[in-house]
Amino acid sequence: MAAILRFRKLCFLEPSSPSSCNEHKKQTAKRDEKKLRENCDAGEDGLRRKGVKEWRCIDSCCWVIGLMCTAWWLLLFLHHCMPASLPGAEPPGVRLRRQGVVALHPVVLVPGIVTGGLELWEGRPCSDGLFRQRLWAGSFAEIFKRPMCWLEHLSLDNETGLDPAGIRVRASSGLVAADYFAPGYFVWANLIENLARIGYEEKNMHMAAYDWRLSFQNTEVRDQTLSRLKSKIELMYVSNGYKKVVVVPHSMGANYFLHFMKWVESAGGGGRGWCAKHIKSIMNIGPVFLGVPKAVSSILSAESKDVAFLRAMAPGLLDSEIFRLQALEHVMRVSRTWDSLVSLLPKGGEAVWGNLDWSPEEDHVCEWGTRKYQQQSKTKGNETDGRHSFQVQEPTKFGRIVSFGKTGSSPDAISSKPNASCGKVKTEYDEVSQETIQRISEERVYTADTLLDLLRSVAPKMMKRAEAHFSHGIAENLSDPKYSHYKYWSNPLETELPEAPDMEIYSLYGVGIPTERSYVYKLSPPGKCRSIPLQIDSSADGSHNGCLKGGVYFVDGDESVPVLSAGFMCAQGWKGKTRFNPSGSATYIREYKHIAPANLLHGRGLESGAHVDIMGNVALIEDVLRVAAGASGVELGGDRIYSDIMKLSEKIKIHL
Amino acid sequence: MSLLRRRRRRGGQDEPGKTADPEEEEEEKPEQRRAEKKKWSCLDSCCWFIGCVCVTWWMLLFLYNLMPSSFPQYVTEAITGSPPDPPGLKLRKEGLAAKHPVVFVPGIVTAGLELWEGHQCAQGLFRKRLWGGTFGSVYKRPLCWEEHMSLDNETGLDPGGVRVRPVTGLVAADYFAPGYFVWAVLIENLAQIGYEEKTMYMASYDWRLSFQNTEVRDQSLSRIKSHIELMVSTNGGNKAVIIPHSMGVLYFLHFMKWVEAPAPMGGGGGPDWCAKHIKAVMNIGGPLLGVPKAVSGLFSAEAKDIAVARAIAPGVLDQDLFHIQTLQHLMKMTRTWDSTMSMIPKGGDTIWGDLDSSPEDDYLPSKRRQNATDEAKDGSSEPKRKRKHYGRIISFGKDIAEADSSEINRVNFRGAVKGRNVANDTCVDVWTEYQEMGFGGIKAVTEYKAYTAGDLVDLLSFVAPKMMARGSAHFSYGIADDLDDPKYLHYKYWSNPLETRLPNAPDMEIFAMYGVGIPTERAYIYTEAPWAECHIPFRIDTSASEEEEEDMCLKDGVLNVDGDETVPVLSAGFMSSKGWRGATRFNPSGMKNFVREYEHAPPANFLEGRGTQSGAHVDIMGNFALIEDIMRVAAGATGDELGGDRVYSDIFKWSQKIKLKL
Repeated sequence: MAAILRFRKLCFLEPSSPSSCNEHKKQTAKRDEKKLRENCDAGEDGLRRKGVKEWRCIDSCCWVIGLMCTAWWLLLFLHHCMPASLPGAEPPGVRLRRQGVVALHPVVLVPGIVTGGLELWEGRPCSDGLFRQRLWAGSFAEIFKRPMCWLEHLSLDNETGLDPAGIRVRASSGLVAADYFAPGYFVWANLIENLARIGYEEKNMHMAAYDWRLSFQNTEVRDQTLSRLKSKIELMYVSNGYKKVVVVPHSMGANYFLHFMKWVESAGGGGRGWCAKHIKSIMNIGPVFLGVPKAVSSILSAESKDVAFLRAMAPGLLDSEIFRLQALEHVMRVSRTWDSLVSLLPKGGEAVWGNLDWSPEEDHVCEWGTRKYQQQSKTKGNETDGRHSFQVQEPTKFGRIVSFGKTGSSPDAISSKPNASCGKVKTEYDEVSQETIQRISEERVYTADTLLDLLRSVAPKMMKRAEAHFSHGIAENLSDPKYSHYKYWSNPLETELPEAPDMEIYSLYGVGIPTERSYVYKLSPPGKCRSIPLQIDSSADGSHNGCLKGGVYFVDGDESVPVLSAGFMCAQGWKGKTRFNPSGSATYIREYKHIAPANLLHGRGLESGAHVDIMGNVALIEDVLRVAAGASGVELGGDRIYSDIMKLSEKIKIHL
Repeated sequence: MSLLRRRRRRGGQDEPGKTADPEEEEEEKPEQRRAEKKKWSCLDSCCWFIGCVCVTWWMLLFLYNLMPSSFPQYVTEAITGSPPDPPGLKLRKEGLAAKHPVVFVPGIVTAGLELWEGHQCAQGLFRKRLWGGTFGSVYKRPLCWEEHMSLDNETGLDPGGVRVRPVTGLVAADYFAPGYFVWAVLIENLAQIGYEEKTMYMASYDWRLSFQNTEVRDQSLSRIKSHIELMVSTNGGNKAVIIPHSMGVLYFLHFMKWVEAPAPMGGGGGPDWCAKHIKAVMNIGGPLLGVPKAVSGLFSAEAKDIAVARAIAPGVLDQDLFHIQTLQHLMKMTRTWDSTMSMIPKGGDTIWGDLDSSPEDDYLPSKRRQNATDEAKDGSSEPKRKRKHYGRIISFGKDIAEADSSEINRVNFRGAVKGRNVANDTCVDVWTEYQEMGFGGIKAVTEYKAYTAGDLVDLLSFVAPKMMARGSAHFSYGIADDLDDPKYLHYKYWSNPLETRLPNAPDMEIFAMYGVGIPTERAYIYTEAPWAECHIPFRIDTSASEEEEEDMCLKDGVLNVDGDETVPVLSAGFMSSKGWRGATRFNPSGMKNFVREYEHAPPANFLEGRGTQSGAHVDIMGNFALIEDIMRVAAGATGDELGGDRVYSDIFKWSQKIKLKL
């Protein structure tokens, strides 16, 4: 203690101005010698105190920091002393194990877009010391330290869609690839932990990590990812006593696995019947079978919420004043080199997503929360749903996925050329002429069909590259030999499911959260450095059954994927024996009503229905565990539906 | 609060008219001041100090982060002169590129293990590393940790309710602890010529289990087989280069036999699987014939290497409070690990020497140094020194170790009555098999006096019958007379190079790469430990040392020979220099063998870390010459193109002395 005091003195007790002592002397001049002496002593003391006063600023800073640190350590210590888990709800794994549910079928997890980790294997000089460190997922420290370098390494080549020269960024492998996206933000970790409780471990659980930036076929070309998955499944099948695997894809992983199934029976050399032999069931979580409208807005203006995962991760960076104008451009430039984004564009055109006047969800009423379902169940009891139909005054035109609102800026405003002096980031918009933009905005309305033309005109390179890998139509005749090309494999409307009558396909997704369905756009106000000429008209609000908010029309879904996209194939497209499902594999829909976590302690909730948070949903985990332990869809209870998916699917007229 | 009060006081003082009696105030002030000061100094100073330290720390951290990452390298270069290019960069400039897929097989101890299911006390450790990494849980809950790291004493598999599994992927053994590389340097250099995860595979396995049990429990062997097949087929049919380290060498030997053996016991790959899939096996520091260290580890938990655990947690192991118990805990834990028994010296007296002679008899630690300077002197200096009896791997007392064999009066311990231990229930919680051995047994053991390699297995079976019963079902330590004997089809012989044939693969190459020039444990001088409750009855007699300064073969009760600090040259090099060289009965197809030795040169200064020319057992993985050799072979070179053998030690001379039918 004494040492500390001395140290403090040393640092900060600089003799302050002697004038203060003099003043003091003046004040006390009248008094006698003795008093003066005494006073001087006191003055000495006072001086010291004065010193205290003078360094109070920096000193109290230190003091406060010290206090905070100490308090923090104390809390940390207490936290460590605390029993590891608060007494709470019993995890599903423990409960099921007690019921005698044990590991049976090997499990393959297929992560979706964005959630898988990427690490650096070879880079430019600016990335020194990052060898085998994560560039994507994890702490994202590099965004802050060297943002430009980071962006450069995450981009792919604009022509080939593969690595740029001298850069090798590869998917992390193993369960760690996608158990946590960032520290504390689980993706698969909960599911893994519960699977482990009923006896799973790495010999019967596999994370099929792949580089989610590449087009699906390119993951095989560059990394042999599909071959590795095939070999791994075969190995697990054999080494676990010839038990078929249960595949659990999430989000874009569902499309990826669709691609895999076609690949493995043709180019992969597995031959017909491979899937029937090796796969018990596919439990798609929040699948993006028919695409998401979100992908449109992110390609068009880098603005949707989901690619703005990025934004959520680093809000400061993206919205700070300095970077503000450039950040979106950077995101756009990088994300447009990622072919996989194109796989998420809405598929099936107007037949599925609706045209100018019609859409399957048109009489959707946006009353969010559980209220809606309660009301529905109530009205089901009554013979009329009078109140319900009363509210539907005018169908919302969800079919217009992109529409240019009336609030768009006037023609003369756009004609002012963007100033090239501010060293702006080059995006493809620089190559698109003003007239084209003008024409685009005058077209006013785009449906799922015309949308692709729109994208082709604003992002010609990306679409050219990616459309060699993905297709978004509906097949007229599936026996047409052209459909053996790999670009059709990930589109469920242009491929047949493999011949596997015993295989089960599940669609598990959350409902009850407003989900982006279509957008109101406007031309950007001319800004100096703005090179993205389009943006969502966030001022557009309106009644539209309450579905339009901030320039976005919402429907039911899991926050990212509308019910239609996640559920249609299992509700109708593949139900029974259709031309897309010639062998009649059984399909099941399991919906999970979103219930927001009641309090902070619940974290991201045990009953969440949100796109990623659903992986912590207890009911979903239980379903996956039961199937993995051998249950069939019928034993689970068949379909479990809260939304209008059946009604919606009825309205979609596709030749089946 | 005190600040506020002071301010108010001060304000009052500045306006003299306001206070009634200034004098009175002057009187009372010093006291108050002192009181204030005291208050301030006690807790606040602490806070202030911590704050100050924190701020400085953050400042430094900030500066450190601002520092360009090449700065340390720059400093190092300024001090030591520019270091040689790392081999990856150098070979890349030469135009080498990734060709053959590479498989790493880690050894004992170096690979990570993680928890998949545990008892109550291990809550919150799910999928956290128990072994490797920071070893945080050793300190936090040592007994819980020990309980989870132990295996079942009967089966050698998981105890009930506990599942500890190997970490998979390259992370399994790239770093053992933060900053302590194992494979990381090699991986990084390979990446520089184009390797990545599709062409590199870490064949991690649970190194505590016996080799066959890794297949039984985890299907580790099947996974390696499937992965090698996959890598070969996706890399255009280029065969794999296997790089096992330490015990991984034995493991891979086992794998090669397993994969070609028919299905129920083996992998069913067919008789030409290895020929089809493997280009070269590059053994790094392989204890092919076992290590004497394993004996002392099993006998008294005392060797240096098993005590990597000790090095990691010296505090816990050597604390006075725990001292007596720690070794026993350690012994209890390690004795449940079957794999340690795979490294008991193999080949008996034929290889390791008998009471009178051993192949390394003429070894002088200082000889090689002399050789370099002045060769003529060599011959004259030899006769002077006493013969070392390396063959007596365990001897009781220094005099026994040095005595002539005729003077040793041995009383056979086999079949001796162990007697009943007076022991007591106090030791029941820390159970080792010594608990069941009475004074009679201990006496019998000491009276046999000197144990050669041939006696060791019997000795261990005597003191630890349960462990050896488990182990002898999985490992064998003899020399085969007739390899055609059908009994050699059993898996317990597969990891003993003296009882198996190499697979039929004439194009495959085997490299023995190991460090030389470091004193390595070869034989021990034991003494009876002073009797105490719950004590291990034997311990190394650390007082036994050589008087002469010059040849320090005997030091602290350990007789040293040339090696890489863990594996003697004989064990690492014999098979490749003689046992498998040419077409012998152990190598019927006559695949080529190369011995590549790396002379140990300690790092010049601490900036070099663990050195780029080290020959030590683990540090050799950062040896540039070794890395370069591996990379060249991975890029397609053959052993002859590397320059064939590269030998510094007397391995060929010593091998010549071993009379083994080939």
